[in-house]
Amino acid sequence: MEYVIEMLNIRKEFGNFVANDNITLQLKKGEIHALLGENGAGKSTLMNVLFGLYQPDGGEIRVKGTPVKISNPNVANDLGIGMVHQHFMLVDTFTVTENIILGREITSAGKIDLKKAEQEVRQISERYGLSVDPQAKISDISVGMQQRVEILKTLYRGAEILIFDEPTAVLTPQEIKELIQIMKTLIKEGKSIILITHKLKEIMEVADRCTVIRKGKGIGTVNVSETNPNELASLMVGREVVFKTEKVEATPKHDVLEVKDLTVKDARGVTVVNGLNLTVRAGEIVGIAGIDGNGQSELIEAITGLRKAESGSIKVNGKELINLSPRTITESGVGHIPQDRHKHGLVLNFPIGENMVLQNYYQKPYSKNGVLNFHKIYEQAKKLIREFDVRTPSEYTLARALSGGNQQKAIIGREVDRDPDLLIAAQPTRGLDVGAIEFIHKRLIEQRDKGKAVLLVSFELDEIMNVSDRIAVIYEGKIVAIVNPKETDEQELGLLMAGSNRKEAGAHV
Amino acid sequence: MSKRLTNILTPIIAVLLGILVGTIIMLASGYDPAAAYIALWNGAFGDIYYIGEVIRQFTPYILAGLAVAFAFRVGLFNIGVEGQFIVGWTAAVWVGVAFELPRIIHLPLAILAAMIAGALWAYIPGLLKARFRVHEVIVTIMMNYIALHVTNYIIRNVLASKSGDKTDLVKETASLRSELLQSMTDYSRLHWGIILAIICCFIMWFLLEKTTRGFELRAVGFNQHAAQYAGMNVNRNIILSMLISGAFAGLAGAMEGLGTFGYAAVKGGFTGVGFEGIAIALLGANTALGVFFSAILFGILKVGSLNMPLEAGVPNELVNIIIALIVFFVASSYIIRVFLERFSKKGVK
Repeated sequence: MEYVIEMLNIRKEFGNFVANDNITLQLKKGEIHALLGENGAGKSTLMNVLFGLYQPDGGEIRVKGTPVKISNPNVANDLGIGMVHQHFMLVDTFTVTENIILGREITSAGKIDLKKAEQEVRQISERYGLSVDPQAKISDISVGMQQRVEILKTLYRGAEILIFDEPTAVLTPQEIKELIQIMKTLIKEGKSIILITHKLKEIMEVADRCTVIRKGKGIGTVNVSETNPNELASLMVGREVVFKTEKVEATPKHDVLEVKDLTVKDARGVTVVNGLNLTVRAGEIVGIAGIDGNGQSELIEAITGLRKAESGSIKVNGKELINLSPRTITESGVGHIPQDRHKHGLVLNFPIGENMVLQNYYQKPYSKNGVLNFHKIYEQAKKLIREFDVRTPSEYTLARALSGGNQQKAIIGREVDRDPDLLIAAQPTRGLDVGAIEFIHKRLIEQRDKGKAVLLVSFELDEIMNVSDRIAVIYEGKIVAIVNPKETDEQELGLLMAGSNRKEAGAHV
Repeated sequence: MSKRLTNILTPIIAVLLGILVGTIIMLASGYDPAAAYIALWNGAFGDIYYIGEVIRQFTPYILAGLAVAFAFRVGLFNIGVEGQFIVGWTAAVWVGVAFELPRIIHLPLAILAAMIAGALWAYIPGLLKARFRVHEVIVTIMMNYIALHVTNYIIRNVLASKSGDKTDLVKETASLRSELLQSMTDYSRLHWGIILAIICCFIMWFLLEKTTRGFELRAVGFNQHAAQYAGMNVNRNIILSMLISGAFAGLAGAMEGLGTFGYAAVKGGFTGVGFEGIAIALLGANTALGVFFSAILFGILKVGSLNMPLEAGVPNELVNIIIALIVFFVASSYIIRVFLERFSKKGVK
């Protein structure tokens, strides 16, 4: 069998840290090869080696059997290797075509020949079923379309081997389906694909083979047709993983959070939460399902006091909290696991210990008469680090130095430990691996079972379906449906999220 | 290599590199570097008088450095220390000459006036930043010019004695001067202000590192969004930090007005103390202890350099070049850090 790419015994060190320890990955022509591993396992490092961003400290790369040295991304491009980045590298104010030809402009007499470029782009787009409008501006098209522009960019540069870096992280369920279709078309047209992901479902659906790496070491390559998600997960994590978080039936009690006719504007002054109504009761988890940008962030910011609301009412335990200060809201029993843990959740340049008292440093026993009691602060930090399995060299380590999963565990520890009546979790597992996700889901359900109200916002339908007791679908700033996770499926949720009318089945507001 | 060690070594190496390049420049321009540095040393330590003058010199440097460092720790770049220094100086002298009070009231009152004046001068950019997100660098620079010319006007038209461009000496009861310290140092201009400067170092350290208020200020300095999320009032902390920073700067002015000179005079231009404060804070890594030591270094260089033209025939402009080089190497400390890391890695292997 001919391999188009062979990465043999690749080794990459950063100081004393070995990011890749003799990893071997062999890509056959015309296959979709998944690269699976937890966060920090070394997937990105390996791909950056292949793309010429890092130089390996050992091992060999072969393209079609010939050993090559990929000293920079241009060499990779010339070898027919293209990368579809997770964070798109597009100029928002340029058109699709302008973005695609950027750096490879076709010129005649010093003038860019846009007509010809557009024609070429249209041709490629049609051939691979991408249906992208070459004249559209990037800022006007959806995230899914932007990703296709990224794909087009690599194809335009003559890529034979495409690397997809976590391509589905930003897509809606429908867009994911379409992407999978596109990948299959690419294969049919003779391309080969490396798919970096930690979503097992996608691997099962689309990949031919799968290479697993764990803590920088290559664990092995398996044929997807001969394996199952459970096996893949345990290969990746190194132990058995439970997917379906076990939980007993919820026993909701009194209303804790009551949002009535809430209207909020975003930073540009556009009304993004538009007369929203929502109730979360003690002892239940309400999941908010919706496509990014339908008012989820603004809703949470309004509840937690980070953004001014225009009108409406937000009550927690019967107390009106609308437009009060974040501190008052926190003290009224609201805990918040923020969507962006680096922006809001942590002071990265503080030790992790000081981050553990970020909201209650001014209360006893952490301070007295305005003077901090570091002994008590670090005692509390040590306790939380132990209870929430935060892996850190010590409580004095800067939060910046921790991995994403451990940062998130620290935030969750802090918020849960304050024992809030309402816990708001915004994308609590974004970018985390299955082990950490499992842990966080368990903690959320634990809070529910203790009789707390939990509001969960997530773009991962699996997470919403798995954890929630009720699902509220948000669309254009309104809750358009409340459904029971047991009586719905991704298909129905996907349609509701896209603004279609409710189907008869399973939908009752 | 531990991070702490790197943090201490970086400024020291920067200083050494500055001196090294200074040596090269002196050689290139035909001066004897050995004689120059000996002259510098003698000018700073050769006589008890000079030691007194060095201490006198770095007293306002400490406070100006603290002013810059304090604001910087809260994420603000207070370029206006010079202006706050000048208004503090003028306010202290004003109170010093205008009242007849017992020393126990008069001196604290004059010092307090300087701090309040500096604080108010810094309050304006702080308020504009907090309310309207006007960049503090622009406002503080402009406030420097306003300070210079407004105080000149006040000195000339309100406070000046008969000679016209200088105030009377402050009353004995408002003076920081000390017969004791002067006689100990062969009648240098050393005054009690050094005690205040050291106390302020301690205050800054305690306030930032040990109090809940300092916790908030540091949090705001590192990450305003997280501070807001945690329920801290970001705007109030921004204004407060400028007030405290300005108070330090104003106090530095009082050192000159009540100590070194004992009067205020019409100034043709900036004194430079506020701007030296920026370099001092940078060299001292914006910590109280670091500012203390780097202020001492700047004081030594400043006073010692006066002896270089006399003893070694080196123009003291060269000392300013060396100071500039040191600041340059501190500012590019990244290079030194990388070098240190490479070095320590090789050592391990």
